[in-house]
Amino acid sequence: MSNSKNKIIELKNVSMTFRDSDTPVLNNISLDIHDNEFVTLLGPSGCGKTTTLRIIGGFATPDKGDLLFNGKRINDVPPYKRQVNTVFQKYALFPHLNVYDNVAFGLRISKVPEKEIKQRVAEMLEIVDLEGFERRSIDQLSGGQQQRIAIARALVNNPKILLLDEPLGALDLKLRKEMQIELKKIQQRMSITFVYVTHDQEEALTMSDTVVVMNKGEIQQIGTPQDIYNEPVNAFVADFIGESNILPGIMHRDYLVEFAGNNFDCVDGGFDEMEPVDVVIRPEDITIVPASDEVLNGVVETVTFKGVHYEIVVNAYSDYWIVHSTKSANVGEVVGLSFTPEDIHIMKKSEMPKITRYTVGQGEEA
Amino acid sequence: MNKNTKWVASPYLLWMVVFVIVPLVLIGVFAFTVNVPYDLEGNRLTEEQASELKLAYEGTDEEIPVVYKTVFSWNNIIAVSQYLPVLLNSAWLALIATLICLVIGYPIAYLMSRVNPSYQRLIQMLIMLPMWMNFLLRTYAWMTLLEKNGWINRILGLVGIGPFDMINTQGAVVLGMIYNYLPFMILPLYSVMLKIQNTTIEAAQDLGAGNIRVFTKVVIPLSMPGIASGITMVFVPAVSTFIISRMLGGGTNMLIGDLIDLQFLGNAYNPNLGAAISLVLMAFILLCMSITNQLDNGDEEMEGKML
Repeated sequence: MSNSKNKIIELKNVSMTFRDSDTPVLNNISLDIHDNEFVTLLGPSGCGKTTTLRIIGGFATPDKGDLLFNGKRINDVPPYKRQVNTVFQKYALFPHLNVYDNVAFGLRISKVPEKEIKQRVAEMLEIVDLEGFERRSIDQLSGGQQQRIAIARALVNNPKILLLDEPLGALDLKLRKEMQIELKKIQQRMSITFVYVTHDQEEALTMSDTVVVMNKGEIQQIGTPQDIYNEPVNAFVADFIGESNILPGIMHRDYLVEFAGNNFDCVDGGFDEMEPVDVVIRPEDITIVPASDEVLNGVVETVTFKGVHYEIVVNAYSDYWIVHSTKSANVGEVVGLSFTPEDIHIMKKSEMPKITRYTVGQGEEA
Repeated sequence: MNKNTKWVASPYLLWMVVFVIVPLVLIGVFAFTVNVPYDLEGNRLTEEQASELKLAYEGTDEEIPVVYKTVFSWNNIIAVSQYLPVLLNSAWLALIATLICLVIGYPIAYLMSRVNPSYQRLIQMLIMLPMWMNFLLRTYAWMTLLEKNGWINRILGLVGIGPFDMINTQGAVVLGMIYNYLPFMILPLYSVMLKIQNTTIEAAQDLGAGNIRVFTKVVIPLSMPGIASGITMVFVPAVSTFIISRMLGGGTNMLIGDLIDLQFLGNAYNPNLGAAISLVLMAFILLCMSITNQLDNGDEEMEGKML
């Protein structure tokens, strides 16, 4: 959903290994980032998302591959010569300067006249909603305020690209939600490319035009939040983006899959006959119905109230199924699990070890 | 502090009173008093009269009819003024040594704080190592190095340079100060620089600052407290040293420390004057420290101008 086809950043076959390690942090990454795009690099810690950001910022140099800015190779351009600014994970504000001087730092370096600096700092403080804080010292600010100063300090330089490294990680939930909306607004208003790093899948889905899911130094999937959520390419993505029921299955032929001891109609095709696959069904796509021969039956194991919905774990055909339902169920009750062919997502077996984060009863299937 | 645990500090209080407050008071008393001779009738005698009387009675069985009374006087403090050149010379040499320590120590401390921790420990060890040896021994070693036919001149002689007069010069005294007090500059700087986050430096680079400006606008301002305490920790012992100047300066370059030493343990025995010089030196050091403290506290007000 990029607003323009113009590529501003291109990563081409980038690989990198840290000096004191054998396994690569990044393994042959290729990624295009467009003008005015809000791109989120999403993945668990150690997946290489921060390293990717540091390469774009100039704080890390890839061993192999090229980094292009507007088509020009900038691998060896030092950070202070790049038209990129960064909001660091722990803000990294200058403790010896007050709010005004922090925000003015970059403008003073580039010798902007003081009068213009004054005006631009004032505008920026207004955007981040901190007018009147000019003379405050940094340690007088709350985490949320420091975070907004860090954003103002970067944005005031009119960068072509703003890099954000888990900028909301230290904030509490309510403030984080507010800042997500705020950041998205700022990005649209100033029409700047944002490259955002997070491990929070909800944050990624809320804010991004494009989500890049990474794991173990490799890109798993690039797509819009809807694509990533509805059409995950493998079990890792499906599991990382929201809770999922991931089950081993066998593709009998196009549009017919076997799992949990039954054959089901589905909408996916293009697999080999009898190919082993992963079947993903989202917890909110499953409806609890009275037990019958028409549906998959199971025993309710646990029921947990989650606010908006109940999380119900059902043991069916030796697998634990997670169901999100607005109606509760009784533990021990035999129920039916109902879902439509559209709710069944078929994915090629991933080579990655199975993730056991949400599927509790993995031992039984092995 | 909790009321019940306050007593834990009492040994320290006792220590302070016995070894800090009492000596300070004594120095004050000595500095502002003189011993004046009187005869037995209570008439004030001049120093000449007193020594005449002592000479006259020497060797006889009779008691010398001279009593000394301690009276308040400004004379000691006034007398210190004639030693002002010595004080200024000491301060000058200590200042040069302090500045050179800062110039040498600052980059060492900075690099030390940026390398990986195992190297940091090694460098720290190398800096501390000479300090494990006796101070006198270290200074003696420099004597044998700097002598007319010492090691340095001998080695220079092999390539046909020299010999140079190195020992018994002010330069040798400054060298001794630098050598002995350099660790006291490096260590406080290092501990302050350790607290400068790498991301703070990266943030400055990110905002367009090259290496030089990262240094002048971020690293130096953030290390000001270390600079202030390093300067204090080198300047204060350097300005009052007497061993270094005696051994490497050969007694030709008397420092204020030597002068005090002479009044207590030397030929010029006069504890009252010695105490007065100490007191003036103390006041001078306090003045210098308050200036360096400005350096530390002042940076918040100064930063606007620095940028």
